[in-house]
Amino acid sequence: MSTTSEVLTLPSQAPRFGFIRGLRLSGFPMIPTAILLGIAFVAVFANQLAPHNPEVGSLVARFKPPFWETGGTTKYLLGTDQLGRDVLSRLIFGARVSMVVSITAVLFAGVVGTTLGIISGYLGGWVDQVIMRLVDTWLALPALTFAIFLAAIVGPSMWNIVIILGITYWTRYARVTRGEVLSLKEREFVRLAIVAGCSKWTIMRRHILPNVINSAIVLGTLMVGVVIITEATLSFLGVGVPPPQPAWGLMLSDGKQSLMVGRWWLTIFPGCCIMLMVLSANILGDWLRVKLDPQLRQL
Amino acid sequence: MKQFVIRRIGYCVLSLFLLSLTIFFFVRVTGDPATLLVEPGASPADIAAIHHQFGLDRPLIVQYALFMASVLTGDLGQSFYYRTPVLELYWSRLPNSVMLATAAMAFSLLIGIPSGILASVRVGRFWDNAGKVFALLGLSLPSFWVGLVMILVFSVYLGWLPSSGSGTPLHLIMPAFALGWYFAASHMRLTRSSMLEVLGSEYVKLARLKGLPQSLVIAKHAFKNALIPVLTLAGINFVIMISVAVVVETVFAWPGVGRLLYEGIAFRDFPVVQGTVLMLGAMTVIVNLVVDVLYAVIDPRIRLAS
Repeated sequence: MSTTSEVLTLPSQAPRFGFIRGLRLSGFPMIPTAILLGIAFVAVFANQLAPHNPEVGSLVARFKPPFWETGGTTKYLLGTDQLGRDVLSRLIFGARVSMVVSITAVLFAGVVGTTLGIISGYLGGWVDQVIMRLVDTWLALPALTFAIFLAAIVGPSMWNIVIILGITYWTRYARVTRGEVLSLKEREFVRLAIVAGCSKWTIMRRHILPNVINSAIVLGTLMVGVVIITEATLSFLGVGVPPPQPAWGLMLSDGKQSLMVGRWWLTIFPGCCIMLMVLSANILGDWLRVKLDPQLRQL
Repeated sequence: MKQFVIRRIGYCVLSLFLLSLTIFFFVRVTGDPATLLVEPGASPADIAAIHHQFGLDRPLIVQYALFMASVLTGDLGQSFYYRTPVLELYWSRLPNSVMLATAAMAFSLLIGIPSGILASVRVGRFWDNAGKVFALLGLSLPSFWVGLVMILVFSVYLGWLPSSGSGTPLHLIMPAFALGWYFAASHMRLTRSSMLEVLGSEYVKLARLKGLPQSLVIAKHAFKNALIPVLTLAGINFVIMISVAVVVETVFAWPGVGRLLYEGIAFRDFPVVQGTVLMLGAMTVIVNLVVDVLYAVIDPRIRLAS
């Protein structure tokens, strides 16, 4: 009997942050995940998949509509833009820009925010006061205007955008992480580590960090959508990714010029790509939030 | 209460200080501000003159003090393009921004509140799910793309609405929708959760036990209390709308503050960019302060907790 009861109690002893175990739960959003993986695949193999050079066009083939419209050819499946560049190839390479910007910016913001959140929550005292006042004041500023200002000052470049987005959005991580650390540091295992003589840095790295990483992942997934929209907005305003690099926001900005004469493909396709990616990231993030982190359900 | 207000004002001043400091240092760290202060193509002699005129050869602390002194006296510089003071330009554009934000807010509340109530009354049913889809789309679609698609459909193909400019109520419809959708989604979510909370409370149960009809319970007892957090959010969102409207105003060539910021970027009109960001930031910080203090006046738990 005792053997059976031990076996039965095993599941409750499973590690607290079973990421893979969590994913097996019901209601997993298959389609959004497939879309995100598809975009990631396209981004990685853009060189092999794109039928044309995304930055060089032929001026004789300007404003070709998609192949199913009159005047379109199968050479340019989704048509061409004002410089005769292939829209499909630009969308494919645009996926790379969106993926790289969103992942690195979210990571950058996540690393900065989580680190400061842990330090702030664990050390407390004046360190906590300084960091949290900084977070409060930062959150009071309008994020988009702030990002536009920074981007306008430092000039358009993809890596500048990553840094600006990181600087703009790190505060959300810091706040959520700090809240978790405050309750974690009262727990037995942290007290035992202190008694065992671990240094503050070891405790933060080995004992606190693994326990807040779940929330950071959930927040990161939800931030992907926000970051992509902000990047597209900056590119659309001409302070984001510089031309002739293919970015979806930049394509929308180009497409706007010829919208009034009905060249719909220059507006609809890039917008649909942004929408698919943001929607998928948001649905996946919502699901992860509910499944992995009950504390974040109120966010 | 007094202590709470003083502390809040302290934070507010700190925010404004940080804002000015960031703007000041970013301009200087990322390059010579003289190149931003003169028109493109200026000669080295002009740049040297600017250096002297603005005291850019002095220590940073002195420069910052001078910068703050001019900001505090309301001098945000002169626009290169319009040849008028930036502050004057800002005030002349603000009414248009307020008008657009008012229309977008009206739209977002007209859609958000009724659909939120409907979703809370019919949890898990068709209207709740339809509301969820509407909210998810609202939060996932970039507002400028919604604007572009609307221009394509309603101006280019159908020819019903003007694609850009201002002047008539017709000009306001598309920008207000494009700007308001995102906020309608967030108002809907909050109305739904706030209504659910109120509907589960004791006094609503009592009203039901008294035998009041469902419509009266919802309209008279639940709705009024559920509305408080939604209206608070709407107040804060109103200022955020004026800032976020940059892109929507650009798409529809709406002559507001956002459009002014965009023109500043496009024409390399640096004083306009700096001044507009400073004013928008200050406005957000101050409205946040007012909302915080008003909330503390209404609800003693908030001021006691902090």
